[in-house]
Amino acid sequence: MYDRPFNDNSYEQFLKEDKIMGARCKKCGALALPPRPLCTSCFGSGMEWVQFRGAGKLAAFTSIVVVPPPMVKEGFGKNNPYVVGVVELEEGAKIVARITGVDARKPAGIALGTPLRAEFIRSGQEGPDSKIYLAFRA
Amino acid sequence: MSKKKKLSRGVAVVGGGLSKLGLFKDRNSKDFFAEAYLEMVSSVDKGINPKDIEAIYIGNFTNDFFVNQAHWGPIISDLVGHVPKPVTRTEGACASSALAFREGVFAIASGFYDIVLVGGLEQMSRRSTEEVAEGLGMAGSPYEVAAGFTFPGVFGTIATAYFSKYGATRESLFDVTIKSHLNAPLNPKAQFPFTVRDFMNARIEKCRKKGEPEPNWKDERDFLRDLSANPPVAWPMHLFDCCPISDGASCLLLVAEDMAKRFTDEPIYVAGIGQGSGYSLHAAKEVTSFEATRAAAQEAYEMSGLTPKDVQFSEVHDCFSIAEIIHLEDLGFFKPGEGHKATSEGLTRLDGPKPINTSGGLKSKGHPVGATGVAQLYEVWLQLKGRAGRRQVINQNLRVGGAHNLGGTGGTCTFTILERR
Repeated sequence: MYDRPFNDNSYEQFLKEDKIMGARCKKCGALALPPRPLCTSCFGSGMEWVQFRGAGKLAAFTSIVVVPPPMVKEGFGKNNPYVVGVVELEEGAKIVARITGVDARKPAGIALGTPLRAEFIRSGQEGPDSKIYLAFRA
Repeated sequence: MSKKKKLSRGVAVVGGGLSKLGLFKDRNSKDFFAEAYLEMVSSVDKGINPKDIEAIYIGNFTNDFFVNQAHWGPIISDLVGHVPKPVTRTEGACASSALAFREGVFAIASGFYDIVLVGGLEQMSRRSTEEVAEGLGMAGSPYEVAAGFTFPGVFGTIATAYFSKYGATRESLFDVTIKSHLNAPLNPKAQFPFTVRDFMNARIEKCRKKGEPEPNWKDERDFLRDLSANPPVAWPMHLFDCCPISDGASCLLLVAEDMAKRFTDEPIYVAGIGQGSGYSLHAAKEVTSFEATRAAAQEAYEMSGLTPKDVQFSEVHDCFSIAEIIHLEDLGFFKPGEGHKATSEGLTRLDGPKPINTSGGLKSKGHPVGATGVAQLYEVWLQLKGRAGRRQVINQNLRVGGAHNLGGTGGTCTFTILERR
């Protein structure tokens, strides 16, 4: 399907192409997201690419008020918190990501189980240096 | 496939030291270690000739970042006159010195050495809070950091999953904080030797002096509910759910069991020792449990032949309030989902049936990350020696205590059981 190594670089490259790509063990079918070069269930090394649809639900989250320096640069801070969480994808794998479309100022009102859809957010200028991150929108 | 693990030679703790914890901008890591070391030397009942120490293992997470100095082994060797004998630094994030302890135990158990010093150090106060957070973040999982998680954020995330699964609330966490802060004033080494009520009364007093309207908090819980007194950090973690930034150092003197009585009539023995590793948050089977803790606990229980019931008291890695509750369950002290209830019922208080973090815990004693693992074991050793002063666990037959140390966001965990025979 794709002749790319099963690693973080390929994962990020796929995100830039608006795709969530993980690895599946050809032998036992175990999923790895982000991709792994070997299967940690059966220890087989034959992996294949698998695309995730990007639908899931919120399994756990936090709203971050005391913000690390890279997020300050994106405009977040004490008065503008952001939500990150664990998303359980419908294919069964889990992933950590930014959660959008929820009120970060009212975290008590955010419910686990909320259905989410993947979105690909670009920051910085277009070009080879542009950053992309995966978010899930409620 | 797995066989029962045991040490081929027993190991005993015969001395220990811990520097006062806090923020000391006019002192450095060598000062902290010297303080702990000198206490250790004077603590050995029948004395130790420092020349007899054959090797040192020293845990440090990232003074490389905090004070721009790496390679702490030889600095400590030089400081205590140990040159040219070997010294090894271990790193396992906030579990760095528990790994040093473990290496020291293995070195003696193998028969290679008889007398070993283990310890840890960290100097965090030279950096701003934001920088410390960035430094600690280096021990997070790369995926979590990239997504924007902070340490409090990871534990906050775990808390939302725990609340939802077991019906606990933010109020349940108050009981962890209140309990830890009840123990800290009894510990002369603690960074915050104050109860939550002390903090509350100090705030009221401040308002009174400034002529501002006095807050009308009914009690500690009311105080902790107030976002102006207890501001959010990463939902549902608030200021009083989080351990502080600290400086400090710790050490313990380990000797082979067969020679322990040369140093003291009452050695404290290593009964069980375990270590595990864990996945990042997204790859973990469960968000509400640390697989690394469970693996470490299983190893330590199997080796010692003891059960969670036998462990009469324990230090656990309460970097955040929710973490303490989860450790209580992962270590088998309480069933999954019962840790918060046990805490709220007072079972983990100093006068309860299972005292947890008699030292005040990381939350109020302080958390100089690389020193913490051995600092926890120092507390267990003190308790078993009957030297814990005003926070001594009252039990005529106090015999078995545990120490649980966690590194990063659960990537490295250890559990060690010490016993008095």
